[in-house]
Amino acid sequence: MKLLTHNMLTSHVKGVTKGYPLLIKATEVKMNEVEFNPQFVSRMIPKLEWSALVQAAEELGQRQDLPGELVSDYEKNEDFLKKVHRVLLEVEVIEGCLQCPESGREFPISRGIPNMLLNEDEV
Amino acid sequence: MATTTGRSCLQYLLHLAQDHLDFRLPEIKALLALRGKPFQPSENFKEKCPFWCLDGLSEEDVRSIMARSVCTKSAFELWGHGQTHSELRTSLLKYPSENMSPFMHKDSTYRINVYTYNKTLIFEDRIKRIDALEYLPFEGTVSLKSPEHIFCLLEDYGTDPNNIPEQPFYVYFGRWDGQRELIRSHSVKNRHFIGNTSMDAGLSFIMANHAKVKENDVVFDPFVGTGSLLVACSQFKAYVCGTDIDYNIIHGKGRSSRKNQKWRGPDENIRANLRQYGTEKMYLDVMLSDASKPVWRDAALFDVIITDPTWSLTSPVSQAYHLSDIFTDLLNFSAHHLVIGGRLVYWLPIYRPEYCEEMVPLHPCLQLVSNCEQTLSSHTARRLITMEKIKEPEELDSLSHQADPRFSPYQGHNAFREKYFSGLNKRGGKEDNKSNINGE
Repeated sequence: MKLLTHNMLTSHVKGVTKGYPLLIKATEVKMNEVEFNPQFVSRMIPKLEWSALVQAAEELGQRQDLPGELVSDYEKNEDFLKKVHRVLLEVEVIEGCLQCPESGREFPISRGIPNMLLNEDEV
Repeated sequence: MATTTGRSCLQYLLHLAQDHLDFRLPEIKALLALRGKPFQPSENFKEKCPFWCLDGLSEEDVRSIMARSVCTKSAFELWGHGQTHSELRTSLLKYPSENMSPFMHKDSTYRINVYTYNKTLIFEDRIKRIDALEYLPFEGTVSLKSPEHIFCLLEDYGTDPNNIPEQPFYVYFGRWDGQRELIRSHSVKNRHFIGNTSMDAGLSFIMANHAKVKENDVVFDPFVGTGSLLVACSQFKAYVCGTDIDYNIIHGKGRSSRKNQKWRGPDENIRANLRQYGTEKMYLDVMLSDASKPVWRDAALFDVIITDPTWSLTSPVSQAYHLSDIFTDLLNFSAHHLVIGGRLVYWLPIYRPEYCEEMVPLHPCLQLVSNCEQTLSSHTARRLITMEKIKEPEELDSLSHQADPRFSPYQGHNAFREKYFSGLNKRGGKEDNKSNINGE
């Protein structure tokens, strides 16, 4: 699971009102090189919840010097875009789980694939 | 090059494949829209005809259409046309010589093809047709093997094989400007990972074209299966993600759908599928998730939602999912998660004797763009539905579903499912689909 995906996910457990962002408990994290595409990263930035991205990177020990606030004029700042690219697309959680911040329900991540299925009594 | 003004706005002839007839017009319109060009057919345009004349196109427009089109076989820069060879001659002699000369000068090599639709000409007749074009100022050298320029005389003898006229209905002459290259290299047989939901590669590309998938889009498939649609979209440089409820298919586990191979290999999954086509860099993620319980935060996250929910209906894990709910949910989900102008493209299975247009589900935020039938058997078909998001959903929009019967297509009965699948052969049943939805 990439952190771009994580940024778009929320808990959907019944009754949960504040299910975002999901906490990440990783037992295996991999760096997976992806071709840098500044147009795509620039395009995605306005769609991101920035603080959730920073928090997720922090939880995985992958924040490095990613700033806590989104910089202005980021389209022209290649250095910054590369940092965002790395965190969004190259950091991958292979094993671990996502946890609903409100209910505590855990969603396992296995071989890089989150299992977001709920049991019948949870929907 | 010749005059720059004349060449940016030419008339082109498209030669279309005579299968998937319904799918052609939406495909060409979508590909033109991606270039910011309107669809401008010449007068006498007939949708079912294999030849379409389009006005106001540049060579770049045509190149970009031919790079992606499944329905267009070839494109020609149209130099002349008419109902008879004499009319063609008059028309060709009017074509500006400065537009012809760059392709006919004495240092060039060329070949002339004769193409007849719905009639086969004997060799002597073909030669006669070529000889009759002597009034054109060809100055180059003929090269049959590797000509720089290929010209083509096309004769249209209609579409009725039982009633072939002596003389063609229409004739065209033009400079050949490219063929479709896309689908040849994407046969499903070459694919590493294959499941029973793998679609004909051509149809996947048609869907991606109807969806107007473009570079740097984010595309989502909520019934991703083996990922055929994501492979197609990734070829058009979109980033792709998907979900499915079936554990085995998402993890590439379980029995293989291939002949002579019982189990899927360890790396047979969607990501490996993209890797095989050189587009792993476009892979975002796949997840195990139930399409009726979306996991995405409330925002317009996707440029395109493209999916085939049909086969998921055969999966035992989704039997409880009410058919009409699948489509109502899909439209609602798209209304919330597509960007404005983003498209939803999906297959709607239908039982032909009972089908009427009113069965196609609607949503106040989604405008119907096209609705094309693919016949599967005498009684069943599926329709490729394309919708475009035109506004953000409001509180009231969710209520409209209860008020208007058109927003709930199957009127809450599930008998359709049995009718539809009893009409199909048992393709879906062959696959051992014992799914373990909660993992190992």
